[in-house]
Amino acid sequence: MNKLIKFFKSFLLLELLKGMSVTGRYFFARHITVEYPEEKTPQSFRFRGLHAQRRYANGEERCIACKLCEAVCPAMAIKIEVAERADGSRRTTQYDIDLTKCIFCGFCEESCPVDAIVETRVYEYHGEKRGDLYYTKEMLLAVGDKYEEQIAKDRAADAKYR
Amino acid sequence: MMELLQTLQLLGQDVFGAAWLPVWTAIKIMVIILPIMGGVAYYTLAERKVLGFMQIRPGPNRVGYWGLLQPVADGIKLLTKEFIIPTGSNKFLFVAAPILALAPALAAWAVVPFFDGGELANVNAGLLYLLAMTPLGVYGIIISGWASNSKYAFLGALRSAAQIVSYELAMGFALVCVLLAAQSMNLGDIVRAQNQHAGLLGWFWIPLFPMFVVYFISGVAETNRAPFDLAEGESEIVAGFHVEYSGMGFAIFFLAEYANMILIAALSVVLFLGGWLNPFHGWGALGELTDQIPGLIWMLGKMSLFLFIFLWFRATFPRYRYDQLMRLGWKVFIPLTLIWVVVVAAWMQTSYWLW
Repeated sequence: MNKLIKFFKSFLLLELLKGMSVTGRYFFARHITVEYPEEKTPQSFRFRGLHAQRRYANGEERCIACKLCEAVCPAMAIKIEVAERADGSRRTTQYDIDLTKCIFCGFCEESCPVDAIVETRVYEYHGEKRGDLYYTKEMLLAVGDKYEEQIAKDRAADAKYR
Repeated sequence: MMELLQTLQLLGQDVFGAAWLPVWTAIKIMVIILPIMGGVAYYTLAERKVLGFMQIRPGPNRVGYWGLLQPVADGIKLLTKEFIIPTGSNKFLFVAAPILALAPALAAWAVVPFFDGGELANVNAGLLYLLAMTPLGVYGIIISGWASNSKYAFLGALRSAAQIVSYELAMGFALVCVLLAAQSMNLGDIVRAQNQHAGLLGWFWIPLFPMFVVYFISGVAETNRAPFDLAEGESEIVAGFHVEYSGMGFAIFFLAEYANMILIAALSVVLFLGGWLNPFHGWGALGELTDQIPGLIWMLGKMSLFLFIFLWFRATFPRYRYDQLMRLGWKVFIPLTLIWVVVVAAWMQTSYWLW
């Protein structure tokens, strides 16, 4: 008997019609596609994108060249050279991040005692040569200057979870 | 309209004399072929759109408004691509195969009536002509598979050959039922035989419903479409018979496949859904109102319904395994069609045959 029912079920294409009703229903469903250049998915304030070096409000760069980020970086993408500045403070003379090596884990940001190196929400950048993605200290500081407002806001939003 | 055609005929006879008949035929062929080519181009867009919609995404929408220029972009891309002929291939057959696939797909359109009297050739053995023409396309596939000198292409070609032979039988028996019911092989007469005052209830899809389903499914198998696309089987044998083709060679296979799909849709409409007939004919006021719509519009409307179902199948069903495919063809369709031939023949002898 069971076999007979099964036979008629497959013979009358009932299962196939059921499948077609599912796809037919989805034909009229709303699309869930995010059409990228015009629409963007929402971002977390913890988004880890392009790196930036921050400054204090008085324009002094935050980085004190402790080299914690360089030490923690699993991809060894950070290179730091240190020297004493004229005013006697410890500063970097070279602070490079090779973005082709970087895996965007965010360890540098977490390890930084003065919130100098941060990762911003910027992810739409590109380089035409490999060298274009080798970010020097000046470039990182420029990124920081450009997005400082957003960076500060994101740090403030995240502060209560830390 | 008719007067215009008549003056055109007279003018043509004056200008071309005895050569007018071939010229007039060539014009008619162009009038049929060009819309089919355009239809194929936009059917590919419709396919991608429908598949997209069924997967809750919008499909191509970047080239032109709503993606409407996508087929043009695809066409330009394929035309400008290099046509690569593999070193180990049989060059003559390799080039001839796409043509052999496309020619029968287009030739079969000669007998399809688009409206009353609207066919290129009013052949009395139209159904036989179709049975002869549609499976010829398999030569293109087999030859392309063999001439490519590639194992995937050869596997795809063999699969396709076995599949088309199996389903051609079921399809042929389904056509025999139509032939019995219409008592004619002329496609125009088959449509006229369905012209009763019951509208869509008078068409052959009701008495021949199992044949209607078998015919359409066999048609899907015949055109190597999902879920019967084992000849292509991109997940197992890359692209099957046309792996080695690029540029225009590939485009011509593509054209042939889609022209065949549109042909199967047109034939399903002509044989089972009353061709150019108005589905509401004789239904009182509604019938009189819809009788104003020209037959060509009804024909195209019904065809697009089938074309949509082709895409719907592709969006829904996973590919058959090869033994399942053979089982369906030989153990289900052929016995079913054989039984139904007998049933219809007996039914027609009784007074319960209303069609």
